[in-house]
Amino acid sequence: MRPTVTALAALALAALLPFAAGPAAISAAAAADDPFADARAAMVRAVALDAEQTAVWIGKSALAPRVMEAMGRVPRHLFVPPELQSLAYENRPLPIGYGQTISQPYIVALMTDLLAPEPGDMAFELGTGSAYQAAVLAELVAEVKTIEIVPPLATNAARRLELLGYDNVEVRAGDGYHGWPEHAPFDVIVVTAAASHVPPPLIAQLRPGGRMVIPVGSPFLTQQLLLVEKGTDGTVTSRQILPVIFVPLTGGH
Amino acid sequence: MTGEGARGLSRPGVFAAVALLSAGVLGYEILLARLLAIVHWHHFAYMIIAVALLGFGAAGSLVAVLQRPLLDRFRWTFGSAALGFGAGAPLAFALAQSLPFNALEIAWDRAQPGWLFALYLVLSLPFLSAALALALAFRMHAARAGALYRMDLVGAGLGALGMVFLLDALALADALRVVGGLGAASGGIVLLSSGGLRRLVRGGALLAVAAGLALPAALPDHWLRPQPSPYKGLSLALTAPDARIVAERHGPLGWIAAVESPRVPFRHAPGLSLMAEVGPPAQTGLFTDGGAPSAITPADADLRYLEAETAALPYHLLDRPSRVLVLGAGGGAEVLRALHLGARAVDAVELNPEVLALVRDVLADAPGASWEGGTVHTHVADARSFAARSSEQWDLIQIALVDSFSAAAAGVHALDESLLYTVEALGVFLDRLAPGGVLAVTRWLKLPPRDSLKLLWTAREALEARGADDPASRLAMIRGWKTTTLVIGARSFERDAIAGLRAFAAAQGFDLIWHPGIAEGDANRRNRLAAPEFHRGAAAILGPDPEGFAARYKFALRPATDDRPFFFHTLKWSTLPELLALRAQGGLPLVEWGFVILVATLVQGAIAAALLILLPLLALRAPRGAAAAKPARWRVAIFFASLGLAFLFVEIAFMQRFAVFLGHPLYAIAVVLAGLLVFAGLGAGAIDRLARLAGGRPPITVAAAGIALVVGAYLGLLPWVFEAAQGWPVAARIAVALALLGPVGFLLGMPFPLGLRALGARAPALVPWAWGINACASVVSAALATFIALHVGFTPVLGCALVLYAVAAAVQPKAAAEAPR
Repeated sequence: MRPTVTALAALALAALLPFAAGPAAISAAAAADDPFADARAAMVRAVALDAEQTAVWIGKSALAPRVMEAMGRVPRHLFVPPELQSLAYENRPLPIGYGQTISQPYIVALMTDLLAPEPGDMAFELGTGSAYQAAVLAELVAEVKTIEIVPPLATNAARRLELLGYDNVEVRAGDGYHGWPEHAPFDVIVVTAAASHVPPPLIAQLRPGGRMVIPVGSPFLTQQLLLVEKGTDGTVTSRQILPVIFVPLTGGH
Repeated sequence: MTGEGARGLSRPGVFAAVALLSAGVLGYEILLARLLAIVHWHHFAYMIIAVALLGFGAAGSLVAVLQRPLLDRFRWTFGSAALGFGAGAPLAFALAQSLPFNALEIAWDRAQPGWLFALYLVLSLPFLSAALALALAFRMHAARAGALYRMDLVGAGLGALGMVFLLDALALADALRVVGGLGAASGGIVLLSSGGLRRLVRGGALLAVAAGLALPAALPDHWLRPQPSPYKGLSLALTAPDARIVAERHGPLGWIAAVESPRVPFRHAPGLSLMAEVGPPAQTGLFTDGGAPSAITPADADLRYLEAETAALPYHLLDRPSRVLVLGAGGGAEVLRALHLGARAVDAVELNPEVLALVRDVLADAPGASWEGGTVHTHVADARSFAARSSEQWDLIQIALVDSFSAAAAGVHALDESLLYTVEALGVFLDRLAPGGVLAVTRWLKLPPRDSLKLLWTAREALEARGADDPASRLAMIRGWKTTTLVIGARSFERDAIAGLRAFAAAQGFDLIWHPGIAEGDANRRNRLAAPEFHRGAAAILGPDPEGFAARYKFALRPATDDRPFFFHTLKWSTLPELLALRAQGGLPLVEWGFVILVATLVQGAIAAALLILLPLLALRAPRGAAAAKPARWRVAIFFASLGLAFLFVEIAFMQRFAVFLGHPLYAIAVVLAGLLVFAGLGAGAIDRLARLAGGRPPITVAAAGIALVVGAYLGLLPWVFEAAQGWPVAARIAVALALLGPVGFLLGMPFPLGLRALGARAPALVPWAWGINACASVVSAALATFIALHVGFTPVLGCALVLYAVAAAVQPKAAAEAPR
C-alpha cells in the first residue's frame, strides 16, 4: 500500500461508505497529508512498547520490522465506525457492530508476527470482521482469502478493501468452516471468529511448514493466542502465547 | 402523630398494603437478577441490584428530612409512592436495558462507568419509591413496629416464594407485569380504603389506581423482554444468515434457547484435538440466559469427534466402562460419548428439567436423533445430592463442563459458588465408584495454570479424607489447548491404564500434566507453554509441601470446601495490583470479574451508605428539650447498622448451608430465604410476648442471647442432622429444614422492631433515619458476607453475626413506656 493511494482511497471511502462518512471525514482525508499519520505512528510506538514488555511470554523483544511497517501503513481509522474514528489509533479494541470488534492493535501485530508471513504467501482468514487484519496481512503476503459469516460485514469489508486498493484480498460471505479448498493449501491461516474448536478442514488446508493463529477469549479480551504449526512432515504442534507481561509464577526472579 | 391525610385510614389496610409492597419488592429483586443476567452477565446483575437497593437507604434519609410534610399527607404519599413502584418496576427495567452499558468494554471505554452509574440510578428509582412508602409506614406506626414488621417480612417471604413459582409459570415480561400490579394494588388499598374522602378526590384516586393497574399490562412486550448483549453467544449465533431460535423455555433456573442456523451450521466441540480428522456434525446451539453456549447433538450423527476431546480420557483407562454416570446431561455430549465409546448403561443427571424438555423438543422431529430411552436413563436432580442419595455404583462418573446455576438463580452471590468441585463433593462421588472405577472432571484450561491446580489439590484432599495412603498414585491429568481432564481412580492406576493414557494423549496431541511415574520431560511437548508450568504445579501440589508452593504461587490454590465453596476464585490480593497495572498489556483477563465486582460493590455500597446515613443529620436538628432523655445518635446508628449486617450474615450463611442439604439452588430461595423471612416476620409479631416473658430484662438482650444460643448450637448440630437426613425424600428434607430454620428466623425478627419501637417512643423523628441505616447496612452486608466467606469461610460469617448481635445488645435504645398515641 502506498501512502498516496491511501489518502485517495480514504477520500473515496469517506464519500461512499456508510461506515466512514460525513463531510468532516472527507475534508480531513482530502488534506495534503494524512491527518492521522501522527496518531498512527504513536500507535505503532505503543505496540512496540507492549511487545518489549511482554518479551518473556512472546519469546522476543520486538516484532518483525515488516509487520510494524504494515501496522504503520494501514489506515485503521477507516476500519472503525465513523463515530469512533478519534479512538481508532488507541491501543484498544473497538466495537464494529454485530457483536464483533476490531482487535487491539497490539494483538493484531502480535498475531501477524506469529504467522511469520512471507511476500509470496497465500493466506486464509476465517472471520473478516472489519477486514483490518486482512489489510495488514495484504501488506505482507501475495494473496488473502477471507470469509465472513455476517453478510453486511462481508459486503462492507469487500467495498472498503476495494476502495483502499487492496486488490489482493478476496472477501466471501458464508461458512468458513470448510476453508477455501480451491485456493488451498495456505501458508498462513488466521481464525478470528471466536470458535470452540479449530475446524479440522482448516488444519488439513494448512501447507506443511505453515502457521495458523487463533485468539482465545471474549470479544474485548484476548486471553491467549494459540499458534498451530505444521511441520514439513505434516505433524501438528502448537504453542500457547500469553500476550501479557507477567513475572514468574512463583514470585521473585 | 396521625396526620391530616391519614384520617379515616384503616390500620389493617396500611398493613396489608405494606405486605403487598414488600412482596413486590422482593419479587422484583429476584426477577431483576434473572433479567439482568440475560441482558448482561450475572456478576454484573448482582452488583447493579445491590447498588440499586441503596434506594432503600435513600428513602430512609428522604423521609427523615421531610417527614412532617410527608406524614401530613400520608395517604397520598404512601399511595403515590406505591403506585410509583408499580409503574417504575417495569419501566425502569425497560429504560435500563436501552442504556448502552457494555460490561466488557468497561476497562477500555471511559464512558462506560458513566453508563453504569446511569443504570444504578434508573434501577434505584423503583426501590426508592417502594421504600418511601415503607419508611413512612414505619414512621407512622412505630409504636406497632412489631406487627408492621411482621407484615413486611411475611410479605417479602411470600414474594420470594411466589416469584420462584411465577418464573416457572410465566414469561419474564409477564412476571414483571405482576410485580408492577402488586405495587399498584398496594397503593390502591391505601388510596381507596374507606372514609373521609370527597367524591371528586375519591374519583381521582380511583382513576390513578386504575391507571397504575393497567399500565404494566399495557406496556409493549418488546420493552419488557430482556435482550441479551450483542456480545453474548446467543446474539452472535443469531447474526448468521437465517439463524433463528427454534425452541425456548423459561424457568427459574434460566432461559434456555435452541438456535438453528441452516446456512452456517452451529458446531460446538470445546477444545477438539488439533489432530482430529472430523469435526462435530451440524448441531443445534443451546444457550442459557443468552450465553454459556453448548450444543444439542443428534444421536445418529457422525460422533467420531467425541473421541478427540480430553473428556474421552477415562475411556482409555478403563477396559470398557459398563455403567456410566453423566453429571450434567445438557445437550447430550457426554451421554453420546459414553454410548459411542461402548457404555452399556448410562445414567444422565440434569439439574434443569427445561433443558431436557427442550432437547426432547428439538430432537423429536428426526427419528433416531434422540439419545434418551433405551440404555440411557435421565434424572432431573442436582448432581451432588443425586450421588449422595444413591446406593448404586458406576464404573465411570463423568462430570461434564457445566457451571453452577446457583449464583444466577439466586442473584445474591457475587461469585459462583460451586458445590460440585469441593473436597466434600468429590468425596461423595468417589463413594459411588465401582471397584476399579474412575471419576473424571473436565474443566476449561486457564493460563497461567490456576483452577486446574486447585482442582488437583481438591482431589488430593478428597482422597486423603477417604483414607488414601498415596493419593498421587490415584490421580492423572491431561490437557488439550482449551480443556483439562482430571481422572481420579477408585484405586491406584496400574501400568496398563497409564499406557492407555499415554497412547491416547499421543494420538490426540494432548499433553500430560500428571500420572504416577511421569517425568518432567514427558510434559509440555505438544501444546507448548514457555515452561512446563502445569506439570511443575501438579508435582508440587501432589508433593510433600503443597502449602509452601501455594504460598509462593501467584494465584490462590487452596482446595475448595463446602465452607469456602469458591472453586473459581484463585485471585490473590498480592497479585491484583500487578494485574491491574498490566490491564492494557493483557493482564485484564486474569483479573476475576466476580471478585473485582464484589470489591467494587462493597466499596460503592459503603460510600453511598455512609453518605445516606450522614447527610440527613445535617437536616435533623438536635432534638429540643432534655437532651439526656434522648438516645445518642451514634448509638442508634451502631444499633441499626449492626442489626442490618447481622441479619443478612445469618441469612446468607444459612442459605449456603441448607442449599447443600436441600440439594437444589432454587430451594435456597424458596425454602431458606422465604422461610427465614416468614419466620422472622412471625417473630416480629411476637415481641410483646417476648417482652412479657423477659420479665425485667431488656427484650433485645434476651433475643440476641437466644440467637447466639441457637446459632451456636446449630454449628455443632447441623452437620450431624444433615448427615442423618441426607437420604430422605425431598419433602421430608424441606420439613427438616423448615423445622430448623423456624427458631432462628423467629428470633432474628425480634431485635429490629423492638429497637424501632423503643426509638419511636423517645425520638420518633429518628425512626426513618434508623430504618434507612438498617436498609443500607443490609445492602453492604450481602457483599460483605461473601467477601468474608471468600477469605475465611461461611462459619466465620456466622461468628461475625453473633458478635454484631452482642454489639447491638450493648448499644440498644433503652425501652420506654408505650408511646402515647
